[in-house]
Amino acid sequence: MTATEFALRTDGVGKRYRKGWALRDCTLDLPAGGVIALVGPNGAGKTTLLRMVVGLLAPSTGTVEVLGHDVTASTPQTLSRIGFLAQDHPLYKRFTVAEMLRFGRATNLRFDQALAERRLATLGIPLDRRAGTLSGGQQAQVALALALAKRPDLLVLDEPVASLDPLARREFLQVLMGAVAEGGVTVLFSSHVVHELERVCDHLVVLNHGRVTLAGDIDTLLAEHRLLVGPRTATDLDRAGAVVEAVHSDRHTTLLVRDGGLPAAPGWQAQPVALEDLVLAYLRRPSEPGAAVTSGVAA
Amino acid sequence: MFVFRLDTHSGVPPYLQLVQQVRQAVLLGFLQPGDRLPLIREVVEDLAINPNTVAKAYRQMELENLVTGRPGQGTFVNAQQSAAMSAATYTSLGRGLATWLRRAYAAGLDEQAVNALFASVHQQTRNEDVA
Repeated sequence: MTATEFALRTDGVGKRYRKGWALRDCTLDLPAGGVIALVGPNGAGKTTLLRMVVGLLAPSTGTVEVLGHDVTASTPQTLSRIGFLAQDHPLYKRFTVAEMLRFGRATNLRFDQALAERRLATLGIPLDRRAGTLSGGQQAQVALALALAKRPDLLVLDEPVASLDPLARREFLQVLMGAVAEGGVTVLFSSHVVHELERVCDHLVVLNHGRVTLAGDIDTLLAEHRLLVGPRTATDLDRAGAVVEAVHSDRHTTLLVRDGGLPAAPGWQAQPVALEDLVLAYLRRPSEPGAAVTSGVAA
Repeated sequence: MFVFRLDTHSGVPPYLQLVQQVRQAVLLGFLQPGDRLPLIREVVEDLAINPNTVAKAYRQMELENLVTGRPGQGTFVNAQQSAAMSAATYTSLGRGLATWLRRAYAAGLDEQAVNALFASVHQQTRNEDVA
């Protein structure tokens, strides 16, 4: 792959605040055209990473490269290719939707106002309403329409659906996925909700305690992991470190293994693992320095 | 028009779910040769699903000769040679399974026990075939 086939590359990125490291040794190669979920509990370093990706925060160590350009240089040309939707979809509450659009056009190198107006008309959001009087779901849609009007090559969203009700969440994702279907945009979004990730993402980055613990193409990750259920065993389970998590009951042992699909031992049943369970297992793991597991894309 | 579903708890990758739904619909005759599948864009906006996933499913179906994509027109179901079950096979296998199910329920198994037994024997058979 050449540099431009990666939407985002980070190399040894870390961020240190006064109270300590918020993020350490973050090395990622994320392909262009994908939808990438950044998953982790609150305080894992997700927002820190996203703010470094969009050039709002300088890394303490390492480099961040977006679309082949070093973000720390932060030229207007590079930044105009990146869209960013911060947490809780901030809008100027006293601006009307039309004024928000005019503001967007005035402050961006690229801004397709007609596209934004078309999107909002389809959703039935009136342009003369003040942003503060719209419902939460409508505010999120206005913020998304503004971000998409930049026609960004990389769209970064921080917890975009966390505050939305299930219906607004689905509508938001429909518009977002529709924009990806039109082509040309790579989406990176953070979430502490792991439910329904499979529907919208093709790549996954799990962040825990400021470190990347799992990263890769989701289909590859799911194919490499499975659940083995069998009689309770006290023997050495960890064949070549393949066991991610072992849960014992009185007579049963359930193992989450990453063994690429070796035949199961007699008496053991193999089952596919759901993405949600896979993510949770990695989030439950105690943090070990340098134990990042990557797949699909180079680590 | 064919409508896809998505079960986010099955552990089956979404692209594979889409492929399986078409394969099954063809097998059972719900989809006939020449039928058009929805456009990728339509599936994306209907299910709020990643377009790359839908594209991957459609590529896989083309690879399996299940469908043919015609640029500018859409994706169409192919005439199936071996994959399509004859009506007679379908009926006879169905009857055999129904007989077995009645025996299982008569023996006191409930639905979950039947599913567990089926999954276990199915896997054993598959393992034996591989070995």
